[in-house]
Amino acid sequence: MDKMPKWADIVLIPLISLLLAAFFSALVILAIGENPIEALKLMVDGALMRSSGWGYTLYYATNFIFTGLAVSVAFHARLFNIGGEGQAMLGGLGVALCCLYVPWPHWSLAILGASVGAALFGALWALIPAYLQAKRGSHIVITTIMFNFIAAAILNYVLVELLRPVGAMDPASAKFPDATHLPSFQDMFSTESNKMFRGAPANVTFFLALAASVFVWLLMWRTKLGYQIRAFGHSESGALYAGINPVRITVIAMLISGALAGMMSVNTTMGESERLILNSTEGAGFIGIAVALMGRNHPFGVLLAAILFGFLYQGGAELALWTSIPRELIVVIQALVILFTGALDNMVREPLEKLFIAMRRRNA
Amino acid sequence: MDFLTLLQVLDTSVRLATPLLLACLAGLYSERSGVVDIGLEGKMLAAAFFSAAVAFYSGSAWVGLLAGVGASVALAVIHGLASVTFRGNQLISGVAINFLAAGMTVLVAQSWFRQGGRTPPLEGDARFNPIELPFAIGPKDAEAAGKPLSQMISEAGPLQQFYSELISGHSSLVYLALLTVPLTWWLLFRTRFGLRLRAVGENPAAVDTAGVSVVWLRYAAVLICGVLCGVAGAYLSSALQAGFVKDMTAGRGFIALAALIFAKWRPVYALWACLLFGLFQALELRPDIIENVSGIKVQVQLLGALPYILTVVILAGFVGKAIPPKASAEPYIKER
Repeated sequence: MDKMPKWADIVLIPLISLLLAAFFSALVILAIGENPIEALKLMVDGALMRSSGWGYTLYYATNFIFTGLAVSVAFHARLFNIGGEGQAMLGGLGVALCCLYVPWPHWSLAILGASVGAALFGALWALIPAYLQAKRGSHIVITTIMFNFIAAAILNYVLVELLRPVGAMDPASAKFPDATHLPSFQDMFSTESNKMFRGAPANVTFFLALAASVFVWLLMWRTKLGYQIRAFGHSESGALYAGINPVRITVIAMLISGALAGMMSVNTTMGESERLILNSTEGAGFIGIAVALMGRNHPFGVLLAAILFGFLYQGGAELALWTSIPRELIVVIQALVILFTGALDNMVREPLEKLFIAMRRRNA
Repeated sequence: MDFLTLLQVLDTSVRLATPLLLACLAGLYSERSGVVDIGLEGKMLAAAFFSAAVAFYSGSAWVGLLAGVGASVALAVIHGLASVTFRGNQLISGVAINFLAAGMTVLVAQSWFRQGGRTPPLEGDARFNPIELPFAIGPKDAEAAGKPLSQMISEAGPLQQFYSELISGHSSLVYLALLTVPLTWWLLFRTRFGLRLRAVGENPAAVDTAGVSVVWLRYAAVLICGVLCGVAGAYLSSALQAGFVKDMTAGRGFIALAALIFAKWRPVYALWACLLFGLFQALELRPDIIENVSGIKVQVQLLGALPYILTVVILAGFVGKAIPPKASAEPYIKER
């Protein structure tokens, strides 16, 4: 018998962890001499009370859905893919090559092609750490960290030496052709009389991210491969006795994870900047860790957590604009969420488990 | 390349290797006890900020150092709580600590100094200034002779050049870091504490059965790690540079982690690994030197990525396999 009812595990623990993170964030805001309630109000106003605010919130959320799904798929196989950042960087390169060198007739085909390019490059960047983990026992956390730095060096080299147009100063590729322009929410939802999502970068990639969530759910809970990945994550020896090949599962789980992380770049590189720039990922690969932890590795949870972090990101930008609180507040909140929902999970879980056992005893 | 240029590159290597070495040894204590620490970067960053900030207010680099160590140890306690007391995921805790430091340093810097996440520049005693060893040619000798220092050194004999340029003229923390290497070796391999520390990273159950507290040993290791990361951070902001700037560790915590794997969790190897990676960083600043010597134009990006590439190669086990302590990253559960 479980120590706790399922709802407590899925809803109560993340909620308590989130409240703890919020409480400490409020303390931090107080400590630097600002009012946390005012700050929250500003964040809500800027991120949720206007359609353009939502346009930014959902744009960030799109990134975090992809990276969150990437981390969660690897987590299911008990692999900690901390390399989402590097995989997304390389994914951006895939997007750029697809957009620059293939003459797409229409954006709908371009987004498919770019997605394949991004997924392919992201997956390839995850392949080497996955292979080394599966075959040679090199710890995947360390290799993926190293691969983040190597990816940054490669991207730097490619942008400075190869893709930068002649005469341009900043390390960025040429602008993508107009045919690859993705419809933004403003293009899609505005009417003549009512402009919606004015100037916001949210674009059609958001729906791609939703589709990816559904895909991950189907994959993990409705296919044999998903079952094998989860079984492998639960017990490697158990999976081995059931005839599941650990090398195959490790590599496949990481390939899917890398592909999802890479696809994040469709949103940033194709949907927003429309050219490949340095640091287009902006740490979204790491936020995927917080999102996956908060979302309890379930696509629906990841979706909610991604929207929450999208709100924090846009709200944080508003705060930086109107108060003296720098954007880095979001990094602190992100750290606290990772700390409480991930590392200090037992701190919340153990007292709750004791509480539920005590309650059950009294009822029995 | 002449002898003096070589010495200058090596001199820069030593200065850049110092924070790597301190952080690497910090990680060594922690990982030898079975607590994986990918939060070296964050602890260094927090220490870099708080040491620079307090050094600025107090005017003393040593008081700053204490503050930096304090900040780093505070983060180490969080890591200890997460990984030892609450038996959480040590990797996730490390990630959280890195972000916590990255965010908090800028937040506090902005709140205290309002200079866009940096501290004001440090001057005089607020910095760790170079120490001139006896008989070395230093700025004072140059002043007395009325000649520029560079000219004095280039006119000296090769032995004096070696001594004055490479051995002398570093800040006290550089010599301290170098002394930490034999000290760590002695502590780990010649004392009872060291034996127990290594044992707890390999087989905590055996240590527990022998009646020694696993929790206490691991906390001790995590705290030593915090102290050393603190010194590394203080060195960055008040010796290598004069003040804190946002994200000034720039991945050094991860290079230190790479050096630790490269050194196969051994203190003396750690020294060589860090000097090698320090050399890469020094050459990254002077790509013209490689071009002059070898005639090949080497991409600076390649030099920057070289420590990471080498670590992956070592981890892959193609060149001498790196085997971590057996109980790494596994929380110890006394009774089920």
